[in-house]
Amino acid sequence: MHNSSPEIDVQGKLIAVEGLDGSGKSTQIYLVKRWLEMQGIKVFFTEWNSSDLVKKVTSKGKKKQLLTPTTFSLIHCTDFADRYERQIWPLLRAGYVVLADRYKYTAFARDTVRGCSQKWVTKLYGFAKEPDITFFFKVPLNTALERILSGRPQLKYFEAGMDLGLSSDPYESFKLFQARILQQYAALEQQFHFHVINATRSVEEQQREVREIISSRLDLPAFKKRNAS
Amino acid sequence: MSKKFFGEGMPDIDLSDLHGKLIVIEGADGSGRSTQIEILKDWLERRGHATISVGLNRSALVGSQLQRAKEGNILSPTTRSLFYAADFADQMENTIIPSLRAGFLVLADRYIYTLMARDIVRGAEREWVESLYGIAIVPDAVFYLRVTPRVLVERNFEKKVQLDYWESGMDIGLSRDMLESFFKYQKLIQAEFQSMQKRYEFEVINGNRSPRVIAHELQTRIETLLEDVLLPVKDNQIVIPSSTAVTQENLVANA
Repeated sequence: MHNSSPEIDVQGKLIAVEGLDGSGKSTQIYLVKRWLEMQGIKVFFTEWNSSDLVKKVTSKGKKKQLLTPTTFSLIHCTDFADRYERQIWPLLRAGYVVLADRYKYTAFARDTVRGCSQKWVTKLYGFAKEPDITFFFKVPLNTALERILSGRPQLKYFEAGMDLGLSSDPYESFKLFQARILQQYAALEQQFHFHVINATRSVEEQQREVREIISSRLDLPAFKKRNAS
Repeated sequence: MSKKFFGEGMPDIDLSDLHGKLIVIEGADGSGRSTQIEILKDWLERRGHATISVGLNRSALVGSQLQRAKEGNILSPTTRSLFYAADFADQMENTIIPSLRAGFLVLADRYIYTLMARDIVRGAEREWVESLYGIAIVPDAVFYLRVTPRVLVERNFEKKVQLDYWESGMDIGLSRDMLESFFKYQKLIQAEFQSMQKRYEFEVINGNRSPRVIAHELQTRIETLLEDVLLPVKDNQIVIPSSTAVTQENLVANA
């Protein structure tokens, strides 16, 4: 953790979405982005595992299945830190509304399922500010699994949690892995003040609730671009 | 004596069957680390110990990416810290631990102390760095080769005709003048090592002396460490790397 300490006064706001694959969180955060943009608000969207620099290492490590729980955790944290230090933190300081599709809680859940110490992982991500709002899109496990697995997608090794040795069948492994992730999320829910959204409802209903919460918590006009009307 | 982690450790690692020894040599570039490790390796192998040397930035996972990133200087501080930690963790799990399990003596050419000192002088929070490296195994011995910056400069110029950008701390803007930056940076690093010395109990070796004198001191200190792994050894001679060194072989040869 370097000088970007969370105590420094930050003008911008950070909104994070968390949830299982198939919970619909990406759709929701996308609609939030469009909504904010069209109001002329300074908005920046970022997603998990998208930094160019470490993408190479991650895919190299994943392909060769070189990663252990510890290196898996460190590589993902490196990727996150790269995005955090180059984009998220400077943009927050510059007064942007930053939307994060998955944030450090994704790592907390995945890494602890893989056996990393929760204390260690939490400290590892200590450089990353707590979000102003964290939405957690909650769906029953089976709903999420159906949404993801109905198309019989090619599940990648780590995505399916194959490294945990839960099952030799990728689909079965994915199910067991997601169940464990969901348990971890449940433990994080209270501790990190997640705002739980019932994600079994229609897209529109969820979006309306999300927008209401954002409007009530943030003074949105303060984040408008200067030249916007 | 069984091994332990500094902090939270790593999952899926059984420490109970790590019978080898982990010996760390720390020191700046030009402190004579690599020379000493070569000498030690010869000495230990001569005495029948399976020995392996490991160093930083050599992991299969991120070693090459780190080199590239260093050249471009494009990493922010926390990202760089984590990149090095990933490299370290990879070597810990894929080289150091399996070697210790196989009963090897592992000679580490630098360890977490250098990584922590570099991070801390670049503004990282000490507590964060210590937690990060809580994944490391506590070595059986740590020798820190302390060399005064002036001697380091001489040795670096002699060997490479120039100072290294990173070892001069040029990335942190201590001075535009490389030599001045080098002195300032090495002073910061040494101060950090001094404060770590008590906490991590490492032995300080005066590295300003000649390689053979240092080698002699290291061998003497390591001997006591090896008592419990040693089968009876006939050749108790300390090997001194010089043509005048008296060993059993050349005594026989001269006879």
